Amino acid sequence: MEFKVPTMAELMAAGEEPEILFWVGCAGSYDERAQKITRDICKILHHVGIKYAVLGTEESCTGDPAKRAGNEFLFQMQAMTNIEVLNGYNIKKIVTGCPHCFNTIKNEYPGLGGTYEVIHHTQLIQDLINEGKLKAEGGESFKGKKITYHDPCYLGRGNGIYEAPRKALEVLDAQLVEMKRCKTNGLCCGAGGAQMFKEPEKGNKDINVERIDEALETNPQFIAAGCPFCMTMLSDGIKLKDKEQEVKVLDIAEITARANGL
Amino acid sequence: MVAQILFLILTLAAVALFTVNFRKIIRNIRLGKPIERNDQPQKRLMTMIRVAFGQSKMVVRPIPAFLHFFVYVGFVIINIEVLEIMIDGLFGTHRIFHGLGGLYDFLIGSFEILALTVWLSCAIFLIRRNILKLKRFSGVEMTSWPKSDANYILITEILLMSAFLLMNAADAKLQALGIGHYVNAGSFPVSQFLQNLLPNSESTLVYIERGCWWFHIAGILAFLNYLPYSKHFHILFAFPNTYFSNLEPKGEFNNMPSVTNEVKAMLDPAFVPAETAPGKFGAKDVTDLSWVNLMNAYTCTECGRCTSVCPANITGKLLSPRKIMMDTRDRVTEVGKNIDKHGAEHQDGKSLLDDYISREEIWACTSCNACVQACPVNIDPLQIIMELRRYAVMEESQAPGSINAMLGNIENNQAPWKYSPADRFNWAEGN
Repeated sequence: MEFKVPTMAELMAAGEEPEILFWVGCAGSYDERAQKITRDICKILHHVGIKYAVLGTEESCTGDPAKRAGNEFLFQMQAMTNIEVLNGYNIKKIVTGCPHCFNTIKNEYPGLGGTYEVIHHTQLIQDLINEGKLKAEGGESFKGKKITYHDPCYLGRGNGIYEAPRKALEVLDAQLVEMKRCKTNGLCCGAGGAQMFKEPEKGNKDINVERIDEALETNPQFIAAGCPFCMTMLSDGIKLKDKEQEVKVLDIAEITARANGL
Repeated sequence: MVAQILFLILTLAAVALFTVNFRKIIRNIRLGKPIERNDQPQKRLMTMIRVAFGQSKMVVRPIPAFLHFFVYVGFVIINIEVLEIMIDGLFGTHRIFHGLGGLYDFLIGSFEILALTVWLSCAIFLIRRNILKLKRFSGVEMTSWPKSDANYILITEILLMSAFLLMNAADAKLQALGIGHYVNAGSFPVSQFLQNLLPNSESTLVYIERGCWWFHIAGILAFLNYLPYSKHFHILFAFPNTYFSNLEPKGEFNNMPSVTNEVKAMLDPAFVPAETAPGKFGAKDVTDLSWVNLMNAYTCTECGRCTSVCPANITGKLLSPRKIMMDTRDRVTEVGKNIDKHGAEHQDGKSLLDDYISREEIWACTSCNACVQACPVNIDPLQIIMELRRYAVMEESQAPGSINAMLGNIENNQAPWKYSPADRFNWAEGN
């Protein structure tokens, strides 16, 4: 990276507070594919000049997969530890790179003592576009390109956020095509509810293949995602269909960064 | 006079029997654990008006929404006619409201048109189920009883509407003949076409008119008593079910207070929990679920919208959200019967988990909320699945191996994968 990503510890040592904390998430931290998205989110934050910071090694799992797998103990242990860190840094506003982290911190942390303004990175991108701080210029042109957006369950149905990611794509002047099952009726990629970490039960098809088949029906050049788990599932599906050359699966942050030459 | 007494006995018996069975269902629902659902009454009322009265979630599928709307409006409005039947039956009058004049004609005319639309809608519903065999109406849980139940309901409604129209046709003919108490009242836009099918003999017409009248009201009373055994119970429970439905974002799962106490005590030895809620974590049986979960089960009309959008079910997995609801209702009904027979303390050694719902089903869920979104009456199968998972994991430590590995990683490395916490910030060094 051409710039240094600031951590909360550094900011605190300098007696400063960030405008917003970027909660990276486990996938964004460790998964190679998702790390690219994380860096692109940082590039966008850096580009528009928002004062932000990450927790770095002080971050830890929100507890979402533990909760969805039924281990409320482990979830609350994680949650309370994280809340202690977040409150210790006097965090007010958080942007997450993952709809699961977003949902957990926004909805499930307040009851355990952690109340913050939480947004997903697609909402941040939409806000920046609305404020005129972010455009789609200086980089790759997506004009007229066919893009279909896959709704992550925990952003869409889970929290009713359907417009922000689409607004972030509209600015590209691309051709947005919807899949048959979209928005409230969107089909899961197959990773939610801790499925990401286990083999699927016996069936006649994998869920991500069902979803990719549907995405490919729209004949897209790009499939836009907003979740690192969806990214894994959709990319695996594209690989399985041997369509890696024709169709690219990109996160909205990556598309935004590319369009701005970041 | 004999007819009036007979009518009174019939009505009282039907209402009494219904009350007994209805109270049993309320008792069964109360077997569930408490959950706070009395907050924000205004928002709850609006949800009920929008979703139950307004049928707002039905419109997603326009064809059944359209047909269902006719049956729904027909059901609600034709019940005004039942009021007249009740008064006539008790006091030996005939068409007591005929004094309303033009308004009466308008009402009877509208009922006839509604009766016809109900009749046609039910016929189309029967065709969809039995001839077109729509996929939504099949599945492992759609055994012979649920399928018959649906057909019984539709056939009964068709018979009730037929009786109503035939009664009017005979009545109108008797009116035209100027027979006795058959006053000139009502308008018959639909049944006029049935008049030619009827004989002209006065006594036969009276038999038909009376026969249909008794069949119509006895049918309604019988149908009322069929409801507690049937999926058709939704006509009553759709309203409280939407009123008490979840108002929080669908992605939010409740934080268990009993766990909060233990975790707080673990993190801070000086912490003294305000209250110790005894009992197990999660749900093994229906009595571990909340009363809202159990009310959901009695409200389910087995339409299968949930299952048809479930990613697990679509891809051939065993999980079907509709089955989760049907199993919950079957089990709580069984528990209720045990209480009636053997007393409240009786244990039959069975449970919702394993005897009704298998582990394979609960672990196939992606918690995507598609089922919750799809339900036209705001039933939440996901909450039941999560409670069963909680029991399996926290009480039994029984989860698929890879899930246990993931939980172990979070515990040891604060991430669901086996990476070192020290490497968490390494992404910043890449490009």
